Amino acid sequence: MKSILPVLTVVVAVVLIWVVAVVPMNVHLSADQAQRNGANIIPDTSIARKELSGFVLALKNPHLIPLTYVGKRPNLPSPHQVGVEMFDTIFGKKINSKRSLVYHGWVTLAPTLLGFAIGTFLGLMLAVGIVFSRVMDKSIMPWAIVSQTIPILALAPMIIVVLGAVGVHGVLPKSVIAAYLSFFPVVVGMVKGLRSPDQMQLDLLRTYRTSNTQGFWKLRLPSSTPYLFASCKIGISASLVGTIVAELPTGAKAGFGARMLVGDQYGQPILSWAALFSAALTAAALVGIISLIERSTLRKMGIKPA
Amino acid sequence: MMYVIAGFAIWAVGWLLNVYLANGKSSDHWVTSIGIPLIFGITLLLMWECFVVGFEVNPVFLPRPSDIILRMTNEVSWLWADFNQTIIKGALTGYVIGGLAALAVAVLADRSDFLTRGVLPVGSFMAALPIVGIAPIFVKWFGSDWQSKAAVVAVMVFFPILVNAVAGLRDTTSMQRDLMRTYGAGYWPTLFKLRVPAAMPFIFNGLKIATTLALIGAIVAEFFGSPTVGMGFRISTSFGQLALDMVWAEIVIAALAGSAFYGIVTLIEKGVTFWHPSQR
Repeated sequence: MKSILPVLTVVVAVVLIWVVAVVPMNVHLSADQAQRNGANIIPDTSIARKELSGFVLALKNPHLIPLTYVGKRPNLPSPHQVGVEMFDTIFGKKINSKRSLVYHGWVTLAPTLLGFAIGTFLGLMLAVGIVFSRVMDKSIMPWAIVSQTIPILALAPMIIVVLGAVGVHGVLPKSVIAAYLSFFPVVVGMVKGLRSPDQMQLDLLRTYRTSNTQGFWKLRLPSSTPYLFASCKIGISASLVGTIVAELPTGAKAGFGARMLVGDQYGQPILSWAALFSAALTAAALVGIISLIERSTLRKMGIKPA
Repeated sequence: MMYVIAGFAIWAVGWLLNVYLANGKSSDHWVTSIGIPLIFGITLLLMWECFVVGFEVNPVFLPRPSDIILRMTNEVSWLWADFNQTIIKGALTGYVIGGLAALAVAVLADRSDFLTRGVLPVGSFMAALPIVGIAPIFVKWFGSDWQSKAAVVAVMVFFPILVNAVAGLRDTTSMQRDLMRTYGAGYWPTLFKLRVPAAMPFIFNGLKIATTLALIGAIVAEFFGSPTVGMGFRISTSFGQLALDMVWAEIVIAALAGSAFYGIVTLIEKGVTFWHPSQR
C-alpha cells in the first residue's frame, strides 16, 4: 500500500513528459496546417521551419501550442487523444464491430490463451521428463537453456506464413508461436521447481518408503508451485508479445498487431497508439490475474509468497 | 523410403548412444556433458535431412539442412553485410544506449527511497509489456536506417536493466553501509566502492535478459522499413522470393549471434562478479 504514492508520482511524471513532448513533436505539422488555414506563422515557409527545432518554433508561435494537441494525424498523439480513442473503440462500438478494440483484443487474446495453455502443458510434461530421466536431462536441458538466447520471436511472422501455406489458418498458427514462447520459460522454471526440495526432505520421504511417484505428488509438485507461477507470468506475457508480433507484418486483418500496423500505414497514428496501450493493458491484466491466482493458491497451500 | 528408414535408424542409434553415455560411468565428465546435447542436436539435424528427402517435402516449406549450410557458405558477404547492419549498428548501439540510460536513471532513482519505490513497480510493469509494438512508430520518427532500430532496441532493453539495477543498488546491508560510514566515505565513494559492485550480479542479470531482446527488437523493426540490407529485411524479402534456405541461413546467424552475445555478457559477468557465490 505504501508504494501507491511513489508509483503514482512516477506515472504522473511520465505523462507530464509526454504532454510536454507533444508540442515539439507536432508543431511543424500544426504550423503547416495553420498556414493553409490562413494564419501568420514565423518563419513563413515550411522549408525555413524545418531548420528550426520544435521548441524554438513553438516559442516563436505560441498560438500554435494548443493546435499541437488536437491534430488529426500527429507524430505523437497527446494522452487525451489516445484515451478518447481507446474509450470510443472499447466502449463506444459494438463488440462485433470491426472498429471495436474489444473485437481486436479477442482476436489476439484467443490464440494467446490457447497457445499459453498448450505451451504450459507441454512444458510441464517435458520438465517432469527431464527431472525423472537422466538422458533427457543431459540431452535436452542444454538446448532448452540455449534456446532462451535465440531471438525466435523475430521469426514469428514467417512461421505464420509457412503454416498458412500448408493450410493451417485461423487461431492455430498464432497459438503455435504463443505456445513456443511460453514453453521454454515453463520448462526451465519447472525443472528448477521440481528439483527444489532439498536432500533432507527427499531423505525423509525415503525413510517413509515412498515411491518415486508418491514423492512426485506429495513433495516435488507442491514445492514447485511458486516456480510454476513465476514461469507462468513470464510465459503469458511472452505469449502475448508473440501473438502481437506474429500479427504485425503478415497482413493480418484483425488483432492488436494488425490494428497497430493499419494505423501506421493509413496515417492514423492515434489508432496505433490506442492499440498499443490496449495491448499493454491486456498484458497487465493477464499477469495480474495470474498473480491473484498465485496469491490465493499459495496462501491455501500455506506457502509464503516470495 | 530408404531415407525414412535411415532417419529412424539414426534416431535409434543417437538415442541409444545417449542412454549409454548418460547412465555410464563418465556421465559427469565435462566431455560427456557437452557430447550428449551435441549428439542430440546432430541426430535431430540428420533426421531432418533424411525425412525431408524421404518424404519429398517441398523445399519451399522446409529446406534440407545441407541446403542451408551450402547457402551460408555461398552468401558469406551478404550475410556479413546483414549482420553488420542489424546486429552491430542496430542492436549493439541500441543496447549500449539503453543500458547506459537505464544505469543512469537507476543511480538517480536510488538517491531517494521514494523514487525507488515508484520506479521498481512501474519498471517491472513496463518490462512485461509488448514494447516491440512501438517499432512502426519509431521507424516513422527516426527514418528507416539503423537509427530507428537502435531506438527500438534502447527502449526495449531499458526496463529490464533499470529494474535489476535499482533492485541491485538496494542490495547492501546496513552493516556494510555503516562500515563505509566509519571509514568516512561520502556518497560517491560508497556508490562506486560498495553499492555498484554489490549491484553487479543484478545488473548482469538484466544485461543478459536484454541481449535476446536487443536482437528481437533490431530484427522485428526491420520488417517495417529498412535500407536494402539487414537481417529482418533479408528474412522478409527472401521469404517473398520463396528462398527459404536463405531465410533459414539468417535464422542460423541470428541464433548464433544471440548465443554468442549472451555468452560474451556471461563471460564478462564471470570476470566482474568473481566474488559472488554463484560464480565460485
